Amino acid sequence: MKTAKENSYLAEVSGLSAGYGAHPVLRDIGFRVEPGSRIGVLGPNGGGKTTLFRVLLGELAPLEGSVTVRTRCGVVPQTERSRLDYPVSALDVALMGTLGRVSWWRRPGRDERRRALGALDEVGLRDLADRQFGELSGGQRQRVLVARALVQDARLLLLDEPFSGLDGPSSERLGSLLGRLSSEGRGLMISTHDIEQVRGWDMVLCLNQRQVAFGKPSETLTRPVIEATYGPQVVVIEGDGTREASAILPPQHHDRGR
Amino acid sequence: MVFEPWTQGIMQRALAEVALLGLVGGALGCWIVFYELSYSAESLAHALFPGLVIASLTGLPLLLGAGIGVTVAAVAVAILGRAPEIGRDTSVAVVISALFGFGVVLALSPASPPGLQGLLFGDVLGVSNLDLLLAAVLAVVVLVSLRLLHRQLLAVGFDRTTARSIGADPRLADIALLVLIGLATVVAVQGLGNLLVVAVLVGPAATARLLVRRMAPMMVLASLLAVLAGVAGLYLSYYAGTAGGASVAGCMVVLYLISLSVNALLRWKRKADGATAPGALGFAPGPSGGGRDV
Repeated sequence: MKTAKENSYLAEVSGLSAGYGAHPVLRDIGFRVEPGSRIGVLGPNGGGKTTLFRVLLGELAPLEGSVTVRTRCGVVPQTERSRLDYPVSALDVALMGTLGRVSWWRRPGRDERRRALGALDEVGLRDLADRQFGELSGGQRQRVLVARALVQDARLLLLDEPFSGLDGPSSERLGSLLGRLSSEGRGLMISTHDIEQVRGWDMVLCLNQRQVAFGKPSETLTRPVIEATYGPQVVVIEGDGTREASAILPPQHHDRGR
Repeated sequence: MVFEPWTQGIMQRALAEVALLGLVGGALGCWIVFYELSYSAESLAHALFPGLVIASLTGLPLLLGAGIGVTVAAVAVAILGRAPEIGRDTSVAVVISALFGFGVVLALSPASPPGLQGLLFGDVLGVSNLDLLLAAVLAVVVLVSLRLLHRQLLAVGFDRTTARSIGADPRLADIALLVLIGLATVVAVQGLGNLLVVAVLVGPAATARLLVRRMAPMMVLASLLAVLAGVAGLYLSYYAGTAGGASVAGCMVVLYLISLSVNALLRWKRKADGATAPGALGFAPGPSGGGRDV
């Protein structure tokens, strides 16, 4: 008989290979997303993070293996990619989350607006609901996109490098928001290059065209695992001896071409 | 003097035509501008030209000719676009120029009836009641479709890569827009002609984009500006004796240039004020998203 915990997961991936055409760009993937867990997804650009997210969203069929997603899955894209001159307010963006629940040809009603404003409130941006999206700061835009996923009622959130380009205070604010969302029982998969940050989360998934490792950050993030993930070019700043390394900079830190 | 032009039936019909093409062109144009389809819209308008000419020569409805013209162009682009040695960009240019040239040869040949030149340059003063009725029906179809598709188009235009994950369909948005551009071209071709159609599909929307920052008000403003420019063009044509379609298109471009200058002036002034005001750094967040985190 399975225990309650085994039955409570939000998503499960096992023996997954995925790619475009017949050639897999990602293989041997197997992990589970439990409610309330923040999973850091580490890997070089081209390491398969985007491919994995697309499989979880159902946009890409696995070549091999199985993927079970038991809940609604929302994606929080990189705000650096969004068009800043696009004529929408923060509220308009949050309302886009209602597309899946209200027939797309209908106008969003009072309920949908209330829901979108509630989500903006949850991310601390209710006061800026009418502000144009492109006029918000990078951190605020990222939180609006989180609000859009909340409006979708997504219990599993996939965040694509949400901290990139944010200054210290914005990062902290986003970090505490993600902490609060996970404490509500949502599962978060957060792709990032910041290894130090991942140490504060619940789990880490290291990808480099295959699954290098999956587990608790304290046990998983050893120097061999990090080198297998990013290749031998990582820049290692040695720590105080209490752990393997105190800071590691991946080689393509600033290159985000996919 | 103000109302004098509108006492004549010709001018009344011309007014109704520019109102219809203004409403359609302004509203649809906002999507064309934000989906960066201005060049595609122009290409499409040119590519369906032989279809329009053949329809007028054979007495078929213009709409049918436009539909066939667009289909032929799309198939030709799809086939040639696959040839790796040509490349998609070049193949589109080849197909569009070939089709447009073919249409022009048909329209301007001595054997063709003289009215066909109107398809190229427009004949806003020669609009019949039947043309108007057809344009009105198409205008209603385009505007209702835009209303129904609004949320889809907004979500896809905002972020194409994640549109699917929130329940939008980029392919539906793209195809719908191309079909609507085809329909709008048929509405506008009578008034502006095949060569000037793109003026109403891009000019008013580009103008409105400089002035308002939300999609729905932008569409309303673009439509109003297009109708305004249309009326101004008709006045110009009536009193200065210039060609109707060209005057309307010219007024739309002038409107854009005026608002561009006003916009540049305002930005310059804001910049100058910002430089002198103490502590104003970061006060007016621009498109760079420099707003303060709260």
